[in-house]
Amino acid sequence: MITGTPKPIEEILEMVEPYDNIIVAGCHGCVTVCRVGGEKEVQVLASTLRLAREAGGRKIEIKEVSLERQCDPEYVELMRPYVEDYQAVLSIACGAGIQFLAEKFTVTPLLPGINTGFLGVTERQGEWAERCQGCGDCVLHLTGGICPVTRCAKSLFHGPCGGSVRGICEIDKDVKCGWQLIVDRLKALDQMDNYGKLKPYKGWDAARHGGPRRILREDMI
Amino acid sequence: MLPCTGRIDEALLLKAFENGADGVMVVGCLEGDCHYVNGNIRARARVERVYAILEKIDIGPDRIRMYNLSAGEGSKFAEFANEFVEQILELGPSPINVARTTTTQATSQEEAA
Repeated sequence: MITGTPKPIEEILEMVEPYDNIIVAGCHGCVTVCRVGGEKEVQVLASTLRLAREAGGRKIEIKEVSLERQCDPEYVELMRPYVEDYQAVLSIACGAGIQFLAEKFTVTPLLPGINTGFLGVTERQGEWAERCQGCGDCVLHLTGGICPVTRCAKSLFHGPCGGSVRGICEIDKDVKCGWQLIVDRLKALDQMDNYGKLKPYKGWDAARHGGPRRILREDMI
Repeated sequence: MLPCTGRIDEALLLKAFENGADGVMVVGCLEGDCHYVNGNIRARARVERVYAILEKIDIGPDRIRMYNLSAGEGSKFAEFANEFVEQILELGPSPINVARTTTTQATSQEEAA
């Protein structure tokens, strides 16, 4: 899922300061699962903003909405009938959703209520960790299902490096060395021959080094 | 009134303040005695999150507090309720109610003029 963290309320209050009526828009997708931008978070944020503004002597009117997904046009269009009745939209979806709303509703300012994080997994309730950087050239079949691009702090393809000590990465005592994990896993799978199959160099042309990426499925158009 | 603090979420607690409460007292079962295992533990975490929100928006964090009691502790409930009411009386009306009173008075004066 795409993860995120709430922006500090002080920052959000500053963003909405010019407005007297806004929409707070959540998303039922990834941000609901990581408890940062779903229906409940919309309610909490809207209440918080109303309380803060009223206590400060200037009320704010808020419409609370939560779309199935903010990254798909059919759901975004559901906001069109009323979006221009409001001065701004504060979205607590991921950066993709916020930008998609901005593209569709060109005369309404869009404000981000969260800081979008990474592509990750739920390790336990309340704890998420990064697993994929969307490099566009997956090698998980050669690395025991552990991503060297994400799990190695240097995104090395021929680790471990000298900064790996007893399975721990030099960047933080709580970060396991991605390459130690890979080697241990390959040994457990009896696939150490895969270690030598890694490409001599990583082609980054499928990553974002060529600018924003696009997927075109002609069979679906 | 809710029969179980496990149902409480942050939005519900904040709504009480929006509806004009000067303080919110959350009373759950004793920790370890929850019929649903950890409903009251989760309620405490949610109360703490609202405490942090109220602190950040200058409503005053001491306007919310969680107590744990068993159903048989009637006198203790009364004691806690009195203690909390005293605490809220000391704090005075919430800034929301102060702002509402000011607005109402200003409107009345305008109408009278």
